[in-house]
Amino acid sequence: METRVLIMQLAYLLSAVLFIFGLKRLSHPDTARGGNRLAAVGMLLAIVATLGGGQILTWQWIIAGLLIGGISGGFMARLVKMTAMPQMVGMFNGFGGLASGLVAAAEFLRYSLGVAGTADVPLDGSISIMLGTLIGAVTFSGSMVAFGKLQGIVTEKAVKFKGQQFLNASLFLGIIAVMVYLVLMTPGAIVASNPGTVDLLYYVLWVAAMLLGVLLVIPIGGADMPVVVSLLNSYSGLAASAAGFVLSNNALIISGALVGASGLILTRIMCKAMNRSLANVIFGTFGQTTGKVLVKGEKRTMADVNDVQPDDVAMLLAYAKQVVIVPGYGLAVAQAQHKLRELCDNLEHRGVNVKYVVHPVAGRMPGHMNVLLAEANVPYNQLYEPEDVNPDIANVDACLVVGANDVVNPAARDEPSSDLYGMPIIEVDRAKHCVVMKRSLNPGFAGVDNELFYLRNTMMLFGDAADSIGRILEEVKQL
Amino acid sequence: MTGTILISVYVFVLAMFVGFEVITKVPPTLHTPLMSGSNAISGISIVGALVIAGMGEGTMFDIIGVIAVAAATINVVGGFMVTDRMLQMFRRDTDTN
Repeated sequence: METRVLIMQLAYLLSAVLFIFGLKRLSHPDTARGGNRLAAVGMLLAIVATLGGGQILTWQWIIAGLLIGGISGGFMARLVKMTAMPQMVGMFNGFGGLASGLVAAAEFLRYSLGVAGTADVPLDGSISIMLGTLIGAVTFSGSMVAFGKLQGIVTEKAVKFKGQQFLNASLFLGIIAVMVYLVLMTPGAIVASNPGTVDLLYYVLWVAAMLLGVLLVIPIGGADMPVVVSLLNSYSGLAASAAGFVLSNNALIISGALVGASGLILTRIMCKAMNRSLANVIFGTFGQTTGKVLVKGEKRTMADVNDVQPDDVAMLLAYAKQVVIVPGYGLAVAQAQHKLRELCDNLEHRGVNVKYVVHPVAGRMPGHMNVLLAEANVPYNQLYEPEDVNPDIANVDACLVVGANDVVNPAARDEPSSDLYGMPIIEVDRAKHCVVMKRSLNPGFAGVDNELFYLRNTMMLFGDAADSIGRILEEVKQL
Repeated sequence: MTGTILISVYVFVLAMFVGFEVITKVPPTLHTPLMSGSNAISGISIVGALVIAGMGEGTMFDIIGVIAVAAATINVVGGFMVTDRMLQMFRRDTDTN
């Protein structure tokens, strides 16, 4: 092996090791920032090793690509709002998938255009190219749809139509057939006799795979977005691995596998937090029974609701011993997290013990709510998980639910007929008092009504969350 | 089937196990940064993209190469930067009190 290549390979190995250490550190709060930087150093090393590896003959396109990507990526990372983090991660995922797919495409064209010096693709190379193309294209288009949904460009509702699963299944089988055909017909033979066919079929494969990505993501509704974002994250890793198989490059294979694994872990955590299987998320009919009957079939109205004013809530909170805050995505929409923290700080000064309880699926991606609260300066050791708080929740004087709905719905615990049944919830209905801040009585993301709003110990405070919290804060200050 | 691909499959499977072992216990606080950080790592395809963009084999490859490099770079640079931006916001209670 040429010394230069050997050095490049060793640098790749070192990068992979840095990624592993980086990820390890990323999973502990105290070391996370250093871990991320370690991984970035690993990436820089891999890039420098590639550029110095002796395979680069022309530089202008590399520089152009690096500049375009670096500047736009940098700007996006700086300017994005924390509420918009899920769609940005979705978009980045998509770009990673696209890059991996294009690596496979270039390898294919190297053979079919005769650049490789031979048109005989080895069997393993050919299989890798097809898989790389499929995963890369599905990741790209699927992520773009996820981005569109989260950004509100594409409808957030689950798009379903008759024969959808049949269409998806046929499309998938068709793709497999094309892939097998392309793998079996060694391009060498076909290129010689009929140069256009193989190329054309390969382009068809791209289009079909992108279509599959779109079709797989459109039927998934807003409430399930955290699962989809995690799953696409995993795909983007697998796409990189597939590109690694295409190039026989272990750095890509290892890094891709690490990301694939971490995405799968997060996907599993999200599914568990909703008590649903992955298959149920992808193919399920969740949230389709919108407007579903209430428990016992009676139609509830505003008259059944215990509707209160900010001063009542202020009184309750200020003289409580233990307060639990349950933030949901509605909090972030109202941009009320800063005001909320101010209120909580004030309560703590009065000697009230305040805990924030964050449900794993609160927000639009795993851990999203934690980031939003961190942005509002809430220390992460004040954040609790539902299982930390549920056992003693009966001793909590007041639960303040801000912009959360499905994650506090008692039907998930009590009502086997509910779509939410079995999902772990924060059992705020068992606390002494519960205040729910909400714009209206509309059902949540999952489209399921919430019995909590009509309970005797629940108070409803209607209005904009930021405004209501501000008014509670004023009242608390005067007490 | 050549020996290289077999080794590659070995590497892939073992690396998946490493991934599962390294990441299993992640506190929810870090789910988002972990995802965006690992997402940046998946931009490693940039290694392949650079080679395409730099091999000078004609317009077709130049176009594919420049798109691939740009896409991967957005993924890498954006991913690491935004993760860092998020992580700098996380703090413990003791920092202020």
